[in-house]
Amino acid sequence: MKPLKIIVLAKQVPDTRNVGKDAMKADGTVNRAALAAIFNPEDLNALEQALRIKDQVPGSEVHLLTMGPGRAAEVIREGLYRGADGGVLLTDRKFAGSDTLATSYAIATAIGTMEYDVIVAGRQAIDGDTAQVGPQVAEKLTLPQITYVEEIEKIDAKSMTIRRRLDNGVELVKTPFPVLLTVHSSAPACRPRIAKNVMKYKHARTLTELQDASEDYTRMFHDRPYLKITEMGVDDIGADVEALGLSGSPTKVKKIENVVFKAKEAKKIDSVDSDIEELIVELIENHTIG
Amino acid sequence: MNNIIVYCETNGNSVAEVSLELVTKARSLANQLKIDVEGILIGNNLNGLEKELFAHGANIVHKAEDPRLEFYQTLPQSSIVCEIIKKEEPQIGLFGATPAGRDLAPRVASALKSGLTADCTSLEIGEHYEKKTDTTYENLLLQIRPAFGGNIVATIINPDTRPQLATVREGVMRKVELETPLKGKVKNWKVDEIVDKKDFVVEIIERHVEEKKVNIKGSQIVVAGGYGVGSKENFDILFELADVLGGEVGGTRAAVDAGYIHHDRQIGQTGVTVRPKLYIACGISGQIQHRAGMMESSMIISINTDSNAPINSIADYVITGDFMDVVPKMIKYYKKNSK
Repeated sequence: MKPLKIIVLAKQVPDTRNVGKDAMKADGTVNRAALAAIFNPEDLNALEQALRIKDQVPGSEVHLLTMGPGRAAEVIREGLYRGADGGVLLTDRKFAGSDTLATSYAIATAIGTMEYDVIVAGRQAIDGDTAQVGPQVAEKLTLPQITYVEEIEKIDAKSMTIRRRLDNGVELVKTPFPVLLTVHSSAPACRPRIAKNVMKYKHARTLTELQDASEDYTRMFHDRPYLKITEMGVDDIGADVEALGLSGSPTKVKKIENVVFKAKEAKKIDSVDSDIEELIVELIENHTIG
Repeated sequence: MNNIIVYCETNGNSVAEVSLELVTKARSLANQLKIDVEGILIGNNLNGLEKELFAHGANIVHKAEDPRLEFYQTLPQSSIVCEIIKKEEPQIGLFGATPAGRDLAPRVASALKSGLTADCTSLEIGEHYEKKTDTTYENLLLQIRPAFGGNIVATIINPDTRPQLATVREGVMRKVELETPLKGKVKNWKVDEIVDKKDFVVEIIERHVEEKKVNIKGSQIVVAGGYGVGSKENFDILFELADVLGGEVGGTRAAVDAGYIHHDRQIGQTGVTVRPKLYIACGISGQIQHRAGMMESSMIISINTDSNAPINSIADYVITGDFMDVVPKMIKYYKKNSK
């Protein structure tokens, strides 16, 4: 069958899973600087699904698309090390402050400049856990969406048969191309880096990265064009600036409260009704429960 | 117009729990705003299901019935929900944060260009003052949700777009029947006029329902019991507390070995490691092997008759007493004080 063009949506996120007591400051707020920036876990599951399609359909290509600041180019390099063929970094100050609606508009507009048969994303990113961007990108591109993908069971020239993970079971669906998939954490883990690819791509850079390092990129990109990670901004994708950033975001954050962790010294509580009620009310008020 | 609309899920012959929780919540918000509650039911053979919604506070129920809608599918449901919202113009739209709700709501929000807040744990009505434009917004939906891996709690608003959309976690709102059900109205929608052939390009080949797997690892609240719980029957009260709080039950190796609880739920070095927001240890002494599997919990409450139990040294709260006495009180006061 005809080779497929696959786009993987990936995000660089702070590692919120490992916020132990040590990652909290003395005042009980999150010490963000102490959190590593990682490849969003479910996006790695998504990359694996994309690579499996490529394995099955010879000649297919996998390209990553990530939106974020310059350092998010790391996500593209990681994808290249594991078997992707290329990647695009969508980066512009005008994207700052975008909620999921504005983000999905930016990503969908960028995808509009690329070729694709299948778009694969993680179900959700661990910094926000919204699971909204995948379905919203699908809507903006008027594609069907298959969420919570666990395995692609069959691919033929016109369709894919996919197993989805639901709360209380599984569902097998058949979808035509083009389609957007969001992949669940119960899907197979991503394959590790391939040494050969690490050697090949370890110098892959965006233009901005090379300029920042004052390196001579003209020669390098001329000799080894595969080392160039494409950067795209608002003008490159032809997006409407009003629909991006704060102005394009219908949701606003009114208030942020840190969940304040108690000091190590345990508070002693008697098993009498009044003390237990007081504890429960405190837990409800600080949103630990309820 | 301007009401609260709730997308209601069904499972066979009844309305899903989470949808009734949302209708109950919508009722109380609607009372505050002096508006009505509308429900949406989509499926095949929805006979009489509107009655459950009237009993929990809905004034109007929109029904879309068609044999092709027997099982949930994104595209037709999205077309129908968008059409109903465009025609009825609600100010607030609520969905359960279920697999279906989290699949559907973002698609709908994108099509309507509305703001959507995911996985809310609390909803309130309130005002907001915007300094930049010197504008005060009244009667906004304050959408409260944990974020950043549960380390912060954010209040999100949609000042300028309507409807204000939110998905709400299962089990966090209470489901309450009215003393007398409302005499509501049913509005039937013609599915053929809304959906298109293109809405059925994805085909469901097979559905397979499984028993729900235990997922203590992913749970934000864990109620755990040790050998001190004493019997399998005594664990029932821990399950009740976990159920009320929306958490899961775990056990120590000693409790598993004694046959009080299934080994799927074992926490510790030889079981799973959990890092929930809240860990309630009942009758657990706190061997190092157990502590290794739970000491990174954000908050630990220990309930033990022994005030010198080792686990108390890593606990944030220590309740000295019998869990059989303390846990029922926690359930009682949670029910009394939660919204």
